[in-house]
Amino acid sequence: MRNARVIPCLDVTAGRVVKGINFVDLRDAGDPVELAARYDAEGADELVFLDITASSDVRDTMLDVVYRSAEQVFIPFTVGGGIRSVDDARRMLRAGADKVSVNTAAIAKPDLVNDIAAEFGSQCAVVAIDARRRVPDDPAFGWGVFTHGGRRQTELDAVAWAEEVGRRGAGEILLTSMDRDGTRDGFDVELTRAVSDAVGMPVVASGGVGTLDHLADGILEGGADAVLAASIFHFGELTVREAKDFLTERGVTVRPA
Amino acid sequence: MSVGRDDRPLIAVLDYGIGNLRSAQKALEKVGAEARLTADPRLIADAAGVVLPGVGAFGRCMDELRRAGLADLAAAAVLDDRPFLGVCVGMQMLFEGSDESPGATGLGVLPGWVRRLPDGVKHPQMQWNVLHWEQPCSLAPTLPEPAWVYFVHSYAADPDPADLVATCDYGGPVAAMVQRDRCWATQFHPEKSGANGLALLESFVQACA
Repeated sequence: MRNARVIPCLDVTAGRVVKGINFVDLRDAGDPVELAARYDAEGADELVFLDITASSDVRDTMLDVVYRSAEQVFIPFTVGGGIRSVDDARRMLRAGADKVSVNTAAIAKPDLVNDIAAEFGSQCAVVAIDARRRVPDDPAFGWGVFTHGGRRQTELDAVAWAEEVGRRGAGEILLTSMDRDGTRDGFDVELTRAVSDAVGMPVVASGGVGTLDHLADGILEGGADAVLAASIFHFGELTVREAKDFLTERGVTVRPA
Repeated sequence: MSVGRDDRPLIAVLDYGIGNLRSAQKALEKVGAEARLTADPRLIADAAGVVLPGVGAFGRCMDELRRAGLADLAAAAVLDDRPFLGVCVGMQMLFEGSDESPGATGLGVLPGWVRRLPDGVKHPQMQWNVLHWEQPCSLAPTLPEPAWVYFVHSYAADPDPADLVATCDYGGPVAAMVQRDRCWATQFHPEKSGANGLALLESFVQACA
């Protein structure tokens, strides 16, 4: 039985939750630990903390968020952003994170995926892929992989990179459409479907959720195992419970909130 | 039987350098235990209950458990009939061995072998799933029906049916929980299973008191 997960994402900088519109124009949405505990109580299946500043001077702030969350949050949570080494991963896992997500550092040094999987297990080795269409209105041309919050293009193809990190031991893909992130136009379901069909591990769809239908589309059309959203939950437009009730109505099996 | 401060039962969470142990410690504290992450043989011998966590590869976990000098202590705790809880790979290590690491010997306190999840489903199973009870479980009387809990694993035990308490459906029935006397083990993560997981841990802590 495959059961979908609903995952609020908390973008964090300097110890506070924010959500960017296309990664600029950040708005403050509160204390991450408080918000995380609220999502746990509301029935979220997992949480993702994404350190979007990713500059080393505030890294300890994120460690503190993880440390405090472990005392109050009893659902799994992933930490991403600025994880560059096995030691960085170890610090987060020891502080209480269940999974670490790597992105830029894994592209620069793909063995990091193997190393984290070998040291801590595939179950905690998440690879985040920020993908953008090569031709905006035609998925047939595929998706390139971007780094640095979508600012820098790489040589990589998103589907091929997902397959490679799977061979290297990754346990999950966190797949963000940079075309859709912050737009509220819905997931890039073709991207989600292409990656989900190519790999044997769970895929989390991210980027673009504006309505409940979008969540269902990511799972039913995109083949995602989990759907991630940030702003629709943070600003109280939708609750996790509403999202799950809706998914259930659409025929998606989820843990009831 | 030892108690910690404030008469809370002292529970030793075996620390052999693997994974996220802090969540297990904090969850046990939340439901009334004094939980210590420890590799200290005296503290473990003195504890009212023992928790064996584990994530990652079976062989790696067994190696690290032995290197920390905890394998014999863990097996002894089970055989002494002290309340014992294995979680995830900590459940798998109770068995004789695993397809994941065929050269590694398990603790062998429960008969059976650990096998890869069936083909045709994603590996790992990384999701919430429902427990199907095979027999009554003394840790589960307060759980709702259906009971959703969180799994993340690619291998699962194939236990003696007499020990099997609960399964989940993932490409077929998968062992989710076993029990023999006062040794319990869960393939799912009670420390990550929200209110249901905390209820189960609370029953375990009460069994230690």
